[in-house]
Amino acid sequence: MSASDNTTGYEPITSIDAITDGLGSVGYISTREISTAVFLAHNLRKPILIEGPAGVGKTDLAASMARWLDAPLTRLQCYEGLDEGKALYEWKYGKQLLYTQLLKEKLGEVMDGASTLETSFDKLTSFEDLFFSESFLEPRPLLTAMKQSTGSVLLIDEIDKSDEEFEAFLLEVLSDYQVTVPEIGTIRADVPPLVVLTSNNIRELGDALKRRCLHLHIDFPDAAREREIVRARVPNVTDDLLKQLVAFVQGLREMDIRKRPSISETVDWARTLILMHANQLDEAMVRSTLNVLLKHESDIASVDREILPLARKAVAETDKSRLATGYPAAE
Amino acid sequence: MAEQVLTDFIRALRSADVRVSTGEAIDAANAVKLMGYADRTRLSDTLRCVLAKSPAEKATHDRLFDLYFSRKAPETPSPEMEDSSEDSNEGGGDMLDLIESGDETQIAMALEQAGEEAGLADIRFSTQVPYFAQQMMKAMGVERLEGQMMEAFREKTAEGDDRAQDLIDGRAEMFQRARDHAQQAFETFGAGATEQFRDEFLSDKRITQLDRRDLDRMRGLVEKMAKRLAVKHSRRRRKKNRGQLDVRKTLRANAGYDGVPFDLAWKQKKRDRPKIIAICDVSGSVAQVVRFFLMLLYSLHDTVPDLKAFAFSGRLEEVGDILEAEDFTAAMDRIINQIGMRSTDYGQSLSDLKVDHWQAIDRRATVIILGDGRSNYGDPRVDLLSEMTARAKRTLWLSPEPESLWGSGDSELLRYQAYCDKMVHVMTIKDLERVVDEVLASYN
Repeated sequence: MSASDNTTGYEPITSIDAITDGLGSVGYISTREISTAVFLAHNLRKPILIEGPAGVGKTDLAASMARWLDAPLTRLQCYEGLDEGKALYEWKYGKQLLYTQLLKEKLGEVMDGASTLETSFDKLTSFEDLFFSESFLEPRPLLTAMKQSTGSVLLIDEIDKSDEEFEAFLLEVLSDYQVTVPEIGTIRADVPPLVVLTSNNIRELGDALKRRCLHLHIDFPDAAREREIVRARVPNVTDDLLKQLVAFVQGLREMDIRKRPSISETVDWARTLILMHANQLDEAMVRSTLNVLLKHESDIASVDREILPLARKAVAETDKSRLATGYPAAE
Repeated sequence: MAEQVLTDFIRALRSADVRVSTGEAIDAANAVKLMGYADRTRLSDTLRCVLAKSPAEKATHDRLFDLYFSRKAPETPSPEMEDSSEDSNEGGGDMLDLIESGDETQIAMALEQAGEEAGLADIRFSTQVPYFAQQMMKAMGVERLEGQMMEAFREKTAEGDDRAQDLIDGRAEMFQRARDHAQQAFETFGAGATEQFRDEFLSDKRITQLDRRDLDRMRGLVEKMAKRLAVKHSRRRRKKNRGQLDVRKTLRANAGYDGVPFDLAWKQKKRDRPKIIAICDVSGSVAQVVRFFLMLLYSLHDTVPDLKAFAFSGRLEEVGDILEAEDFTAAMDRIINQIGMRSTDYGQSLSDLKVDHWQAIDRRATVIILGDGRSNYGDPRVDLLSEMTARAKRTLWLSPEPESLWGSGDSELLRYQAYCDKMVHVMTIKDLERVVDEVLASYN
């Protein structure tokens, strides 16, 4: 099938490690699973559907891919009621109207010499296509992505928020990399874009869509990866503090709360702690900055009693590793 | 050969309830061509990305991948190895040589091949394991071994006896290995099918005849059912009906174009959110049916946010809070023990409803009453039911008793029936699903 002919327009990526390194070079800390999915998507030219909780870097992956491949990123944000007009193309009504008005005077000249209604109609018909040509076409994200001659990354964000009709409409785009504009015809992408769809699982996606995509599930990162991510985003954080704050956030995620803190919130928290010149976690500091991590009043109230044990455990983490490495403990 | 390995694995996935389409199978083949079989983790990563499309499916994939490829491991590390396995067919086919050589790789390959000859991929039930093991023994040439064994016996010498004993031991060990092999094949290919079969069986079984030990499994079933219903009915609330122009909206939207109607606005029909009021008789035999009915409704929480549940026998009480706050099974037990112990009085319960909760019943609400209508010869208060029907969108009555018993003895069902939009007999959880499906469909 199409996978065998190598006209993807990209140079093929040879190894999974190359992807991990490449994404790393633009600041995205990848995992084996993520890199495998990107590798497959790139070389098989299939869309990737990424699912997982909010704030684990689903959207960021697409943006990083675009940065790394040096391809333009086209983003389509989905919402309830999104339709083809907003996703694919629209006729520039205003421009059409303006031109009609401008040409009104010309109309007399054009019609000159047409004696019957029939001939004038024929003359008019010959101009009709003018108004439905590409110069009056307003490309929306999907069409923009199809028309990129150098290839691009197309991010369809939060597809689960769109309606089922829109999902069905996407199928043509996803499997054939082409779109149909009735007045003009089918527009096919010369270089198929790399499509990334993200979903927060608000609604179960249709089987037809899932069938056409590779599937990647990204969960909250483990402590080691989260440390790497924070380190990449906040380079001036000290090792001790980094270890402690990540351990604290990881502990927090295991608790029974409404909204578990995402990676971006960990990063924000790290920045906050640095602003406050913290070198170590302590209870008072955690308590006063907790609203950076938890966004619900009820969550803050429910973890209140756990702050001290969690913070102690997090601090113990660094002491333990210091003992293990023979590093002298701070007096 | 490599193709076969993949096809068999996809078959195993399908039997474990992971839907894999032909297109996805082709994708998997392409992906594997790209990645190769050499690296096991990479192969697993690749297949779970292409074939498993939800966290649950990924978990199933991981389990099956380990089962399946641990078995296949000695055989398919690289294409060159495959060729050599073809060559060793003559040697590998004979059990006698295998036992004597004791070469683990040879034995594993012979088992694999015998499994294929015996059609092990078709195994569906655990009871088939000994049969398939037997078939595998035959495929490996157990007859020749038995022949030798008899010969050794016939020699009637000490050495002959020893040799026969060795052969018997070897045969027993071989059988054990064949059995293990078949067992693993069952877990790969058949376990999912058996589960499916049991699920089918339970969902068709009368609710009143279910054992307590089936409850957990039923719970899973009901949740699956609720998910199915939720997917089916969680469409969007607004529906465009193209064709009917909304003149006001159009004029307003096009004021900017000098009133020339470029953007047309169409009339929209708003769909009501489903609202369900469940009124359940929790006395005696009806209680069990109520348990599953409420379980189903509460699993539909996202689709039906407006849900009120009442339980009664003598008096009526709202039970929504208990059900939401506590673990479902415990809450249900408490409700049945606390409310279900009085003697049933439908008239009193209806009047309790009228006094305390009448405002909950409005034209958006579907009232579902679940009960046998046996009211101990008290006044059934048919007038209240009639009033309720007039207020509600629809009134349904579910009866655990078959139609032939309606109206017999103290059953008031025939009198109530006149005031219900529908009265149906529910026996299995499939019946319950059908009723809820219909109710949700009426909000489209």
